[in-house]
Amino acid sequence: MIRLVPRAEPSTAWTIATPILAVLLTMIAGGLMFAALGKDPFESIRTIFWDPLFHPQFAGYSRPQLLVKAGPLILIAIGLSLGFRAGVWNIGAEGQYIVGALAGAGTALALYPLEAWWIFPLAVLIGALGGWAWAMIPALLKTRFRTNEILVSLLLVYVAEALLASMSLGLMRNPEGGGFPGSRNLARWEPTANAELIGGTGMHWGVLTAFLAVIAAYVLLTRHIRGFHLRLAGQSPRAARFAGVEPNRLVIFCLGVSGALAGLAGIFEVTGPAGQISIDFNVGYGFTAIIVAFLGRLHPVGILLAGLLMALTYIGGELAQLMLGLPAAAIQAFQGMLLFFLLAVDVLTNYRLRLGAVA
Amino acid sequence: MTGAALLSVEGVTKAYPGVVANDDVSFSVAPGEVHALLGENGAGKSTLVKSIYGLVQPDSGRMTLHGQPYAPATPHDARRGGVAMVFQHFSLFEALDVAENVALGMENPPPLRQLARRIAEVSQAYGLPLDPGRTVGHLSAGERQRVEIVRCLLQNPRLLIMDEPTSVLTPQEVEILFATLRRLAAEGTAILYISHKLQEILALCDAATILRQGRVVATCDPRESTARELAELMVGGTLQTPTRETAEPGAVLLEVRSLSLAPANAFGTALRDVSFEVRRGEVLGIGGVAGNGQDELLAALSGERRASAEAIRLEGRAIGDAPPPERRRLGLLAAPEERLGHAAAPDMTLTENAVLSAAARMNLTRHGFLRWRAARDYAGRIISAFDVRTSGPGAAARSLSGGNLQKFVIGREVLQRPEVLVVNQPTWGVDAQAAAQVRQALLDLAAQGAAIVVISQDLDELMEIADRFAALNEGRLSPPRPARGLSVEEIGLMMGGAHDMETAHVA
Repeated sequence: MIRLVPRAEPSTAWTIATPILAVLLTMIAGGLMFAALGKDPFESIRTIFWDPLFHPQFAGYSRPQLLVKAGPLILIAIGLSLGFRAGVWNIGAEGQYIVGALAGAGTALALYPLEAWWIFPLAVLIGALGGWAWAMIPALLKTRFRTNEILVSLLLVYVAEALLASMSLGLMRNPEGGGFPGSRNLARWEPTANAELIGGTGMHWGVLTAFLAVIAAYVLLTRHIRGFHLRLAGQSPRAARFAGVEPNRLVIFCLGVSGALAGLAGIFEVTGPAGQISIDFNVGYGFTAIIVAFLGRLHPVGILLAGLLMALTYIGGELAQLMLGLPAAAIQAFQGMLLFFLLAVDVLTNYRLRLGAVA
Repeated sequence: MTGAALLSVEGVTKAYPGVVANDDVSFSVAPGEVHALLGENGAGKSTLVKSIYGLVQPDSGRMTLHGQPYAPATPHDARRGGVAMVFQHFSLFEALDVAENVALGMENPPPLRQLARRIAEVSQAYGLPLDPGRTVGHLSAGERQRVEIVRCLLQNPRLLIMDEPTSVLTPQEVEILFATLRRLAAEGTAILYISHKLQEILALCDAATILRQGRVVATCDPRESTARELAELMVGGTLQTPTRETAEPGAVLLEVRSLSLAPANAFGTALRDVSFEVRRGEVLGIGGVAGNGQDELLAALSGERRASAEAIRLEGRAIGDAPPPERRRLGLLAAPEERLGHAAAPDMTLTENAVLSAAARMNLTRHGFLRWRAARDYAGRIISAFDVRTSGPGAAARSLSGGNLQKFVIGREVLQRPEVLVVNQPTWGVDAQAAAQVRQALLDLAAQGAAIVVISQDLDELMEIADRFAALNEGRLSPPRPARGLSVEEIGLMMGGAHDMETAHVA
């Protein structure tokens, strides 16, 4: 018989150890799953976690992908984590990411073929504003009419997807594209190209912004009164009101920041790795970032590491599909296991395991 | 006692991690006896009765009921053995009516119509007027307690456990309750009466078992004891009562005029036309039964809820619509009743909890950035000045005992040198020693020229420290009167007398 005994205070050691334990458990359970699928579990795990970085043949391509994939995940997850800390649940980062990309790309495309250095910064700014504005819809509905921000932000993802399809087939379609859906390629147009800052690293403006967001979030949460109020509101809403936190302002702040960061991720993606607005432009970064935020314990440094880990499983997963013929669903299940185990072992932070019979 | 004991408890021990709640406790209750279980908060009374009611399994020791071995694994077993309990905190659904609530707590409830008739019969027979058709959300605390008592009486209990039953009652309602309990005892029901209020035990009980730190320290006959003797047994030493130098009250600091506020939720209490003023050096005590607007009044004064600007004036300045930080800057501070989750964040450290309400006044931020070192120093100052027992400023708030956290919360506001301090239930659930310290701190603050508003349900406390007294009743505040010379009857009437006794028509 196993009993759970509550701890007087959350264990710091376990807070750090649980993500590592979760990764190990995921490797074991995932290995069993791969074995059940008839693949060598050790080779599968190695292909996912090791080969993307160190395989002599593939690493040259996949290593820069690590930052390319981790950048948007970290940027979005940092924004979401602020809200999650405060008890404001923005589930619609995917939509804010799309709208940010549409707004920024739309601005740039409207200026085509003007050649000016300020087009990229302007597009980035408008991209952030686009994501912010999309997030303001659930924020205002919540503060005015007490709607549930989880539902509204999530449903707005599907609205954004419809908008994306419409834009790539209509208004933003490349007039010189031979009738194919999708906009002009922004990555190949000098004034908007979000090129690699250091060749062969995958480091672009979006990745740099993500790193800056990590630092800013860390300072906010640990050093600033606003970050303190944010944490307080998440832990004890009544105590936060007593301290003087206005719940409505907090909702607008959290949704606004997370929307703006998701919008930034979107505009950096469309001007860089993706290159153009297309029907399948969004690949689920906004949703995966939720997992990244929790995997990183809603802590900026944790999110940085979790974003890199998640990117690794993406790249490694693709590699495993390619080299071992693992089905895509198995890779998704593998990523799902990671969140599952993380939440499961989370209980150790607040509880102590006791073995033995009930007294 | 005699061999005819209804319930006997022998050597019951129950330990929790870090604390022995009950240590070799023995006592017995005879049929028809009103037996007091007396002790401070944390003395182990609750754990003991939970063992008797089947909510907690003791580590060792044995109990007998009706001469048979008795070891209830669940409250269900206890009820089958004829043991019933009225808890301090009610378990009632506000949106349901009385009969429905009673039915929910029964093993095999009869049809509602029949049940309603029985409720009416029982409540009339025992002098507890109750209308079975009324929605519980609209009942006063005293009436809600009657629902719980009637629910127990319908099961014809042989032993009735009452946990601190009078904390929610007006003095008149206490008299009614006592009459009911004496009647039950005369019919042969044993009553185990848990309290730390000595006057009640002297007035009601036939026997008393006194607990201190989990052990039985004395068994006595309250009819042959004085309150002082019982108190010293309970505390284990002599009690020092707070002292103060009476000073002439100065200028009006806080002025509340026609403050009205809609309730925050469907079963909250609206504040109606509340008016009072507090002067420099004065302590205003606000009494009343729980749920009559105390939380709402504190929220209106702390700034958590906004009223019209003119409704609240601090040194003449209209602040009724100002947010909490602005009020703090101007010198109006508050300490809410609920320590964990309202006055303090449970999982945050004491340093962080010091920042919670002291950031502005104690300069704990610079350009919005926190000065953690200053915050830690301030938390340390509170800890040493108020004798808070803790491992240090880095300890989480929830790791402190109730009394120590309360000292911290009060200390956090007092050391900010407020002009006006509003506290709600400053000594609720706090041991006598800590309570005395908190009261002394409030009196000292008044002596230094602050104005103090103490909202409390503990009348003895208010009589001890208040210069003037007013009572909240259904969101209305009675005109304040000088506290000295007020009789218990007058106070009871200010609190609304026996709630709805004249209007409760029993069908």
